[in-house]
Amino acid sequence: MRHDQARYSREDKHEPLLSEKNETTLEIGDDSPLPDELTRDSLTLPEVSEPEVARHYTRLSQMNWSIDSGPYPLGSCTMKYNPRFTEDLAADPNAAVHPDRSSESVQGTLELYHDLQEYLAEIGGMDAVTLQPPAGAAGEFTGILIAKAYHEHHGNDKSEVIIPASAHGTNFATAALAGYDVVELPSNEEGRVDVEALEAAVSDDTAALMLTNPNTVGLFERDIVEIAEIVHDSGGVLYYDGANLNALLGRARPGDMGFDIMHYNVHKTFATPHGGGGPGAGPVGVVEELEQYLPKPQVRERDGQYVLEDPEESIGKVHGFLGNWLVLIKAHAYISRLGHEGLVDTSAKAVLNANYLASQIDLEVPYGPFHHEFAATSGDRDAADVAKRMLDYGVHPPTTKWPEMVPEAMLTEPTEIESKESVEDLAEAFNRAYADSDETLESAPNRTTAARIDQATAARNPVLSWHTLDDEA
Amino acid sequence: MTTGGTPFAPHTDADVEAMLEEIGAGDESELFDIPEEVAFEGKLDIEARDEPAVKSDVSRMFARNDDLTEFLGRGHYSHYVPSLVDHLSMRAEFLTSYTQYQPEITQGFLQVLFEYQSMIVELTGLEVANCSMYDGASALGEAATLASRLRRVSGDTMLVPTHLRDGKQSVLENYCDGAGLVVETYSMDDGAVDVGALEDRMDDDVVAVYVENPTVRGVIQEELGAVGNLADEHDALFVYGTDPVALALLEQPAELGVDVVVGEADTLGLPTSFGMGLGLFATKEEYLRQVPGRLVGASDDDAGNRAYTLTLQTREQHIRKERATSNICTNQAWVALRTAMHAALLGPTGLVDLATDAVENASELSGRIDELSGFRAPVHDRHHFREFLVRSDQPAAAIAGDLETEGYAVHVVDDHLLQVCVTDTNEAAMDDLVAAFEEVAR
Repeated sequence: MRHDQARYSREDKHEPLLSEKNETTLEIGDDSPLPDELTRDSLTLPEVSEPEVARHYTRLSQMNWSIDSGPYPLGSCTMKYNPRFTEDLAADPNAAVHPDRSSESVQGTLELYHDLQEYLAEIGGMDAVTLQPPAGAAGEFTGILIAKAYHEHHGNDKSEVIIPASAHGTNFATAALAGYDVVELPSNEEGRVDVEALEAAVSDDTAALMLTNPNTVGLFERDIVEIAEIVHDSGGVLYYDGANLNALLGRARPGDMGFDIMHYNVHKTFATPHGGGGPGAGPVGVVEELEQYLPKPQVRERDGQYVLEDPEESIGKVHGFLGNWLVLIKAHAYISRLGHEGLVDTSAKAVLNANYLASQIDLEVPYGPFHHEFAATSGDRDAADVAKRMLDYGVHPPTTKWPEMVPEAMLTEPTEIESKESVEDLAEAFNRAYADSDETLESAPNRTTAARIDQATAARNPVLSWHTLDDEA
Repeated sequence: MTTGGTPFAPHTDADVEAMLEEIGAGDESELFDIPEEVAFEGKLDIEARDEPAVKSDVSRMFARNDDLTEFLGRGHYSHYVPSLVDHLSMRAEFLTSYTQYQPEITQGFLQVLFEYQSMIVELTGLEVANCSMYDGASALGEAATLASRLRRVSGDTMLVPTHLRDGKQSVLENYCDGAGLVVETYSMDDGAVDVGALEDRMDDDVVAVYVENPTVRGVIQEELGAVGNLADEHDALFVYGTDPVALALLEQPAELGVDVVVGEADTLGLPTSFGMGLGLFATKEEYLRQVPGRLVGASDDDAGNRAYTLTLQTREQHIRKERATSNICTNQAWVALRTAMHAALLGPTGLVDLATDAVENASELSGRIDELSGFRAPVHDRHHFREFLVRSDQPAAAIAGDLETEGYAVHVVDDHLLQVCVTDTNEAAMDDLVAAFEEVAR
């Protein structure tokens, strides 16, 4: 085993909460510059020294897996190495301007913002891009709002969004959030969109089809031109979920495939750190006809000056300001580091690694051929148990039990950053875990910071702050 | 440093050859299953550059920004972030990790988020805080959809103050639209809620009332207990917008009958960052199953030790799909981590001091501007937090333009109203700003 995380806390029980180190109640009252009735009586929070804060968070960081710790092959999450020079740029004090500055005084900020809009349009084959959505799901919401605005503007009465059963859960939640009914589309025997089922599903009510291509088991939707035709003929809009864009960089562009709207997960595809659950950024690209509905404002270049302009029929705003700026800086720097050659090579190595890994594991891998990810099945073994055992072998396991079209799925995406040897280590972790006894799997993991965690009790008896934590002996 | 391919894939030519042979492919392009009619054969118009070239290019862009001392706020604030926050939050194990889907190897981040939730619970007095939304605007939008799910009557109106950022209202309207809610405004009196007007407007059509404290104009509200009673009488949700620094000093929202606290939590932990935020969301325990976003809970592991995990995930999109409480997935976890670190470094004393300064500095600076000929400040006869309005005899835009020439940025609110915000990061420049105001008034 090459990769190992700090696990000394297992013997120490746990790293104490800050509140268990020292908690202080400060009475406020007389010291307040405000009248009593506007002031709280007291405030109780941890009061710890700076060295204690440093050790607390350093220790907690050591109890945490990251892409810099080792492989992180979570399918559909595209966890890859984040170069650090981009962090220096995001930390530049000149980057940290207030969002209400006059555009004349922040030309540098707007230039980078504008450049990234152009880069993404080029990569996606789109005509215009907004950088405002603060995450992929926010990008989906923005995209569906644009589709809705387009239909309303044209007097189209539409009530449904069609989504393949294998799609990301966010697609369904997004369509519902925008007020649409969801029509779920089954996959065919090859794991792709069932074109006949699509023909049966589309109608005058169809506002959009949300599609991921390659799809969530890594298969390219070969019938994409026909699919686009069917959707467009019904009067619907074709939406591209950018979660799997890493597989296509420089090889195929959603705009060229007939997609009208797409989002980019720049924190995935363009290697901006995911920060333990965000911030991400979910820019949205559209074809020319839809540009007028983009969120306001857009950054545009006018006579050598960068200006903020509101698109004519704008859907309004999807973020209080202009989005997750620090993430956008990193995406810009990453894309310009790679350029065309680097982007094309990224998809080449991502697809190579996925196919090589699929060929090296003992688990059955249905469907194929694969792009950047594949869903192996652990068959009669519980995929979640196999995953827990993989933790003992020093790797982060894949996404488990999803998508549902593959029973006991282990959705695996090594990305381009793993070496041949590292992919072989991953395969070995898979194979050893898969070969272990049921008893071993059920008691796993044994070599991690915490042993198997009781999720059922956590949900049945929620303890969500230190205020309700029982004192431990 | 090569620019011929991705510098982040470690494969040697021999590796690639061996791997292709094992797969049974002749070359890398054979692995792509893309129909010819949609394959991209061109060259993307993006030039590859090495690391120093990218760095100098981006630095060149940022150097184009004017060097101004900002007295800007209106919902987005600059407070000094201690260096230790940068150093700790940049530790790779935090920065480069994903959402905690395997809790056994992500205990560190889960504990941080549990501590963040705990701090928000203490500051708001409400029982449940999630571990982040995108920003204050999206948190407000999610509060509206929560109200929509909870409504027991046929109401469809969300009431918001007339003094509200356009952007925040626009985001809210986008959330409300899908939920079948409409956004209506209520009037303000001298910068605060006009309780009489609100009482006249209240009926069973109202599902939620939103109040900010401090307001976008920096006014500290004085009659929120009455608003809470009105909301309660009409079975409407009382939604309160604020930030953690203000919460350190102001009366606890729970004491006022607030149902949901939303706002910008990035006032701690993050520089202004061109508007990047951290959405605060806290509510009562009775609404727990309707809460949007991620929650971290404490439990036990098989060895009987305390352990943390994402919990109540059946509310979330990856399980519940179109019946989820929200579509949010990736949120602002790393910003929440920085906020928790900043709060931990301040402690209760530092946090209350910061809030006290926000009241005292606003009072001092507005008083000094008020003494200048041609200006009146603060416009509202109220207590202020960080910021206040200035009335000018001259056109406000011209004054702000002249101030910018002198090196200062302030807001233009309308033809004759300016807004000025002072915090610990610009308080040292107060004398210079007053002198600049005096200069431009001539």
